[in-house]
Amino acid sequence: MSNNQREERENQALVPPVDVIEDANGITLFADMPGVPKDKLEVSIDADTLTIAGDVKLTLDPNMEARYVEVHIPRYRRSFTLGQELDRARIAAELKNGVLKLVIPKSEKAKPRRIEIQAA
Amino acid sequence: MYRSLFPGDLFADFDRLQRVAERLSGSAGSLRGYERGGFPQINVGGTQEAIDVVAFAPGLDPAKIEVNVERGVLTLSGERASDLPTDLKQTSLHQHERFTGKFSRAISLPDDVDPERITAKYTDGLLLIKIQRKQAVQPRRVAIQ
Repeated sequence: MSNNQREERENQALVPPVDVIEDANGITLFADMPGVPKDKLEVSIDADTLTIAGDVKLTLDPNMEARYVEVHIPRYRRSFTLGQELDRARIAAELKNGVLKLVIPKSEKAKPRRIEIQAA
Repeated sequence: MYRSLFPGDLFADFDRLQRVAERLSGSAGSLRGYERGGFPQINVGGTQEAIDVVAFAPGLDPAKIEVNVERGVLTLSGERASDLPTDLKQTSLHQHERFTGKFSRAISLPDDVDPERITAKYTDGLLLIKIQRKQAVQPRRVAIQ
C-alpha cells in the first residue's frame, strides 16, 4: 500500500446517523456514536463548519480473531455547515451511552420577533 | 439554517448513502431496514477461551436489554425509546436518521460455548458479551497392559 493510500485508510471514519430539530431558540442535534467515551469525543468549530468526531474505545484481547465484522472502522466523523444565526460560543454538549446531544442556540438578534405595528 | 457537508471520505459516506438508498428503493434493502442486518450492528470475535460479541447499541436502558442463549443461538433484543421531544408542533425535524423502536438480532454460536458462563456489560453505548468456551477434552494416553 502506498503512503497516500495508508494515510487515506487512517482518515476513514464512519458517518454517525443524526437527528436534527430546530425551534425558535436554536438547533438540537443528536448523533449516535456508540463506543466513544467522553475523553475520545471531539466537537470543534472552524469558521462556519461544525465537526463532531470520536474514536471508539475498545480493549480487545490481542489473541482475538475476528469472526464476523459489521463495524470496520473504530472512528466517527461528520461535519455540518452552521448558519450565521447560530451562537457558536454557547454550544452545549452532552454524551451519554454513546449518544451525543448538541444544543446550539440562535443568537438573540436572530430570534424571530414580532414587530408591533403602530396605528398611524 | 444549516446543511450537512459531505465529508471528504468517499467510502464511509458511500456506506451511509447505501443505507439511504436501500431504505428509499425498498428493493435491495434488508427487510428490517436501517442497517445491513439491523440494529444494533455487531462484531464477533473469538479466542481459544471465549467468544466476544460487541454490539453497537447507543441510547439504551441497560435494564431493558434482553440477552438470551438458547440452543446455540445468542439473541439480543429490546426497545430503543426516542429521545426527541414528543410535541413537535413548534419545531422542524430536519434530519431523522437514528434508529428507534424494537429490535432483535440473533447470532449463531459455535458448539463449544458454555451458556452457563456468559457475562454482559453495557458501557458508552456498547453491549459487550463474553461467552466462555468449554474446556477442550484433553487427549489421554492409554497404557498398554
